[in-house]
Amino acid sequence: MSTISTLPPKPPTQLKAQVNALNFYYGDFQALKNIDFPVEKNQVTALIGPSGCGKSTFLRCFNRMHDLYPNMRYEGEILLYPDAINIVDRHVDPIEVRMRISMVFQKPNPFPKSIYENVAYGLRVRGERLRKVIDEKVEDALRAAALWDEVKDRLHDLAFNLSGGQQQRLCIARALATSPEILLFDEPTSALDPIATAKIEELVNELKEKVTILIVTHNMQQAARVSAYTAFMYIGELIEFDDTRKIFTNPSSKLTEEYITGRFG
Amino acid sequence: MTEKLPGTAGDAHLRALRRAIARRKTWDWLFALGGVLALVLALLVFAMLFGQMLKNGLPHLSWDFVSSFPSRRAASAGILSAWVGTSLVMLVTAVVAVPVGVGAGIYLEEYAPKNLLTDIIEINVTNLAGVPSIIYGLLALGLFVYQFGLGQSIAAAGLTLALLILPVVIVATREAIRTIPQNIREGAYACGATKWQMVSQHIIPYSLPGIMTGVIIGLARAIGETAPIITIGALTFIAFLPPSPLGNPEHLISFEWLAAPFTVMPIQMFNWISRPEEAFQANAAAAGLVLVVMTLSMNAVAIGIRYHFRKRIKW
Repeated sequence: MSTISTLPPKPPTQLKAQVNALNFYYGDFQALKNIDFPVEKNQVTALIGPSGCGKSTFLRCFNRMHDLYPNMRYEGEILLYPDAINIVDRHVDPIEVRMRISMVFQKPNPFPKSIYENVAYGLRVRGERLRKVIDEKVEDALRAAALWDEVKDRLHDLAFNLSGGQQQRLCIARALATSPEILLFDEPTSALDPIATAKIEELVNELKEKVTILIVTHNMQQAARVSAYTAFMYIGELIEFDDTRKIFTNPSSKLTEEYITGRFG
Repeated sequence: MTEKLPGTAGDAHLRALRRAIARRKTWDWLFALGGVLALVLALLVFAMLFGQMLKNGLPHLSWDFVSSFPSRRAASAGILSAWVGTSLVMLVTAVVAVPVGVGAGIYLEEYAPKNLLTDIIEINVTNLAGVPSIIYGLLALGLFVYQFGLGQSIAAAGLTLALLILPVVIVATREAIRTIPQNIREGAYACGATKWQMVSQHIIPYSLPGIMTGVIIGLARAIGETAPIITIGALTFIAFLPPSPLGNPEHLISFEWLAAPFTVMPIQMFNWISRPEEAFQANAAAAGLVLVVMTLSMNAVAIGIRYHFRKRIKW
């Protein structure tokens, strides 16, 4: 297992993270096999592949979610720029990683608290007490998540009273409130109807101005619509990584072509 | 019958289908009927017991009864020392059992590694709930009364009953915690929460309704316990109150009452029941009514808290 590199390679200006020879194990089972790829700053990178290919497992390495469970092991590195810290190094505190990299989950998971408290949660965790600062950041985050106009008059209502799509945008606001460097989306629209899905996709497009985005999706059209880069994974391996347009029009790998044309998956 | 239904009456296949459905549906109402019968039986027994107690005890229930010490004469005997004793013992029980039980439950569920040792502990906690209460009395007699030198005091009784209901509180806490979806935990961690922030800001508040249920069940069991209290040597006749916790001239709040001798409601009732005079039997029924009221009001508080927290939570 490599530790923090003493001489990090000078990152290209646009690189936000670089995955190098990443392996991940659940016990004896190797779920990710030797993955390398770059994450471009302020771009959307999509991860596609059939169920069980390891795309969610891979995404969850970025905020060390696996650390919540026993018997798992990372190998290799995910360097987070500009400081080139290997975020999967076991000497790096997962809490530090999660404070820099937020996540939006597959199923909306608002806390059973008010809308306001949901968005403020990350700030409270960080010890922010000033009401004025919290108010301001909550509003900013809700605006960025395109939810402000719908909830501004009922910020103290319970989050569960929102619709599914609104709940998911609330979760996006919650993730944005602490100004993360990378935002991870784990199939964020799989539990939503087409209209709510369209809104989230539009949002993802706008958000990339502020934050680097990694999105796992089982929906290939979604990947094509929102991302600049796409990675195709299959049984724990990265088969192909390229510009989204190239992946969908002229993939280099036969396997990628078969997947995107719907011959398996 | 078949003529009235839509479809061709002569269609044998359709008729067979409907007969089969009707046959399967008989189980629906058979089961419902059985359920209703079971419920009625349980309620009827309770109503009869309660009615009997009401009939015998209500005429004797008066302010004097509640505010007098026991006496050799049934007419002037009261339950003052008993209900004060019960209240103080319950206070000690709750103050000890709730934090310890909830803490243990949270530890087992959120912190302890899942291994053989945890499994053994889990099985034994469940088993402890089934240990006869007299065994707890014996343990407490040796440990609290003699070893720790607490004597035959309110503190010893409170600790004994706390021990008795601890498994109930632990199990209820664990069950409540298990109903919290994993994605709520992950959501909190993803916001950068530490384990303690996750536990204190999410796990505890969201499991509170379930924990309260466990506490209600536990305290309701403890308030009626007689055997362990007798074992540790509660008095059956006591004509003074423990020192007041408040209003002492030297200290604003005093804990002297913890070391005071005491009796509790079930012991007072048992004492009266075992006398030959009819009048004392009626006193016992009246004391029973007061005990039921105490239990119900304790439950009401717990249910109130539970309702207050549960209405916010919907998974």
